[in-house]
Amino acid sequence: MSARDVVVKDRRNALKIARGLGSSQSGVGHWWTQRVTAAALVLLGLWFVATVLCLLHADYATARATVARPWNALLLIAFVLAMFWHAVLGLQVVIEDYVHTRWKEVVLLVAIKFLAVLGALASVLAVLRIALTP
Amino acid sequence: MAEFSLPKNSRVQPGRHFPAKGAKKPRTFRIYRWSPDDGQNPRVDTYEVDLASCGPMVLDALLKIKNEIDPTLTLRRSCREGICGSCAMNIDGTNTLACTCAIDACDSGDVKIYPLPHMPVVKDLVPDLTHFYAQFASIKPWLRTQSPAPARERLQSPEERKKLDGLYECILCACCSTSCPSYWWNGDKYLGPAILLQAYRWIVDSRDEDTGARLDDLEDPFKLYRCHTIMNCSRTCPKGLNPAKAIAEIKKLMVERRGM
Repeated sequence: MSARDVVVKDRRNALKIARGLGSSQSGVGHWWTQRVTAAALVLLGLWFVATVLCLLHADYATARATVARPWNALLLIAFVLAMFWHAVLGLQVVIEDYVHTRWKEVVLLVAIKFLAVLGALASVLAVLRIALTP
Repeated sequence: MAEFSLPKNSRVQPGRHFPAKGAKKPRTFRIYRWSPDDGQNPRVDTYEVDLASCGPMVLDALLKIKNEIDPTLTLRRSCREGICGSCAMNIDGTNTLACTCAIDACDSGDVKIYPLPHMPVVKDLVPDLTHFYAQFASIKPWLRTQSPAPARERLQSPEERKKLDGLYECILCACCSTSCPSYWWNGDKYLGPAILLQAYRWIVDSRDEDTGARLDDLEDPFKLYRCHTIMNCSRTCPKGLNPAKAIAEIKKLMVERRGM
């Protein structure tokens, strides 16, 4: 299809096309949240790596006891929530950037949210089970 | 999906060769050619130009080709001194102005010249910038005020005027916007670096009274936030401006007015 065919199909004027549906008055929340979760992940990530390194040669009981400690359980839940939140925001941008078939875009955007919520809930549940089981 | 390969009728074919007989200082130019009238695929023609009888800039070579070798070569040019923005094209892999790009500054080997990337081509090196100009019009790029017009000029302090430096010089050549991958994939909605720099030029103008409405119009996941700080815009700008910084400043103002 040449540029001319497009012109024939689309008789809207150029300004009408450029203005489109107007501004959605959103986006700044997404952008800021992505940055805040990134900052949180820098700190929590350092803690997480340090904690995992400490457990390198530990046995199962020690690892379990470490996760069960209140501060560790709290930070682990915070780490997992920040990670899923940040991941879903980032994936949303990637899908909006590259997937231009509308139905695929919508399906993927909804699917990543379902998966992120499920993943986050499962991870929190796992930590809580270890932390709250005596 | 975003298109990563060219459709069949856009694949570039090898083209004609125009040797320069008896040239003292030959240099080879490989130039993208496409005409809407002959139903052919685009091709790359090879021209040998004698630099001994040619001006120093790429535009000089293009005009020499058009005048002396192949009059069918089509390009835009006007001021030949980097102020009109007409001769923006992709030279040696970088978007720039043919008139301010020295032939000597190009990498050794053939000088490759293509139209601005990912724009519809009207002919040869002439891209269709209709949508780009319409996007510029959409930000209402003029002084918007509520207070009645004063009898004299609207005054501005030297400090206030200084904020427009690095912004007012933009000539809308579209080098930055067409170098931006986000503009390639989502240019229908994303305004692109050139238009966002122009929007910021009015946002920081001390005489403009419509700052809030300007920010309202930009606050959108696609119009503004498709910028992922790739920075091709600032790297390629032939006027040495920094559109990426202007976009970052807009994002900062968006956060500032909503609270954190």
